Amino acid sequence: MTLFILKRFATFLATLLAASALVFAVLDVLPGNAAELMLGESATKESLAALSAKLGLDQPPLTRYFSWMKGLARGDMGMSLSYDTPVLELVQQRMAVTLPLALMAMLLTTVLALAAGVYAASQHNKLGDVGVMTASQIGIAIPNFWFAILLILIFAVKLQWFSAGGFPGWTEDDGGGVWLGFKALVLPAVALAVVQAAILARITRSAVLDVLREDFVRTARAKGLSPRQVLWRHVLRNAFVPVLTLMGLQFANLLTGTVVIENVFSLPGLGRLVFQAIANRDLVVVRNVVLLLAAAVIVINFVVDVLYAAIDPRLRLSGAA
Amino acid sequence: MNFLQRARRHASFAVGGCLVALLLLTAVLSFVWTPYSPTELDIPNKLQGPSASHWLGTDSLGRDITSLLIKGSQTSIAVGVIAVGIGIVFGVSLGLLAAAKRGWVEEVVMRAADFSFAFPALLSAIMLTAIYGPGLVTSIVAIGIFNVPVFARITRAAAQSVWSRDYVLASRACGKGAWHITRHHVLPNIASGLIVQATIQFAVAILAEAALSYLGLGTQPPMPSWGRMLNEAQSMMFQAPQLAIWPGLAIALSVLGLNLMGDGLRDLLDPRLARSR
Repeated sequence: MTLFILKRFATFLATLLAASALVFAVLDVLPGNAAELMLGESATKESLAALSAKLGLDQPPLTRYFSWMKGLARGDMGMSLSYDTPVLELVQQRMAVTLPLALMAMLLTTVLALAAGVYAASQHNKLGDVGVMTASQIGIAIPNFWFAILLILIFAVKLQWFSAGGFPGWTEDDGGGVWLGFKALVLPAVALAVVQAAILARITRSAVLDVLREDFVRTARAKGLSPRQVLWRHVLRNAFVPVLTLMGLQFANLLTGTVVIENVFSLPGLGRLVFQAIANRDLVVVRNVVLLLAAAVIVINFVVDVLYAAIDPRLRLSGAA
Repeated sequence: MNFLQRARRHASFAVGGCLVALLLLTAVLSFVWTPYSPTELDIPNKLQGPSASHWLGTDSLGRDITSLLIKGSQTSIAVGVIAVGIGIVFGVSLGLLAAAKRGWVEEVVMRAADFSFAFPALLSAIMLTAIYGPGLVTSIVAIGIFNVPVFARITRAAAQSVWSRDYVLASRACGKGAWHITRHHVLPNIASGLIVQATIQFAVAILAEAALSYLGLGTQPPMPSWGRMLNEAQSMMFQAPQLAIWPGLAIALSVLGLNLMGDGLRDLLDPRLARSR
């Protein structure tokens, strides 16, 4: 198991480094003179020279890349040019919205998908199964941002149970509080989760059906276990392997979904930050946020790989070989 | 029973096929006819409800919603075709190369494909937009790049199974090279799987284009796009909530049609898979 984790960790670090190199190449090297891109065509020579010096553009690309990496290792992401604030500070503020939203959505996705998938499998080829499958097919086809707009129309415009957007903050000093902050994230989390759950429910259903056909399930039934005991003790544990893999892959969708949904609900999260940074041509913020989002996907997939092996011993044996 | 007879009896394929045919017909129609010009502003008649003259009403600038929807289908189809085309050309080539050459070539291609999962289409689009600015081309390139590893992975897996068949071994024993085997044995045998995947990726491309245009990274005015229509509708949500319904419905029905058709094609082209499901 240790060898397996070490091998996976080495791949994880290599992927992380490759991602940082790609982001740097695209956002720092490819534009030619990044200062020109940020200041626009009307910039004077003096302002261009000043910004170039500030960004260290007079240094060779490799030196700039290593200096960025060294900074990241120290927790220094550089200064935002449009906010004149350390990027780390901006990211920390925005994470207070993005992280709870992503976690709420993932939790809701898991609960909805597992419940619907297991129910559909238990009702195989009956009305309940057909109903869940039809609903999930429709769910997959609905763009999450449209679903979010529909939720706003129903629950904010018509019923006025929730606000149509914005985030009051987590503390009362900001004018919000834990409850108000949570309430502001409910509709965005539902918008994200329902569409994701539609995909995961189908996988859960087929994974449960596959396990139900296995010999050990027949043996478990033959020895007198109740259907509920068979389901909880034998089926779900085994069916969880493919479901977990998809959940890891879905995290990437969820994260990009969060970027979109934050814009629908005007939430001050990482998604809004990166879009404002694009509008302000603040490449320092764009570079760091894009790497942070890519790194989040890579970290989650590494965790899933390790969990995967913990659940299924065959994988860690074959992986270590 | 031949393919067409089986296709007609396959409910999912039939429904999906009808929806996709409707989408294609609408896109073709948009080249020759729309009820009104989709770019023509008519401020005095803005935010009108459905009527005989404007079937689905007008938007905040008085443009006819039906015309915008019909013209918007063109954008969705164009993005889908080009982005999936990029994925097929580069992804299938890389996948075939990996399966034929094996060794380090395969290792490099597959590690690159694994690595790309960290950059979904939206992240690529954000990076490209930060440099080149928003636009249809940026979104097509971002979605196309996202499609490349998808097709590379599927092609390599399917091609590898063909390479292990006896008839390929026989062909190699006859002195045929990797290029000949790939062209005459591998590609024809994996084509059906690729067609199914292309249908599904087409749906993914329509969703991605809509999301990028909604965010302002994709199609720019005055070119109509369903995603941008939703963006504009959101700012009018309190005055004209109906504006947010039609573009979303158009996207959802197109994606639903393509997904159902993809599912149906998978069953029809590989009956063994259909029986096992």
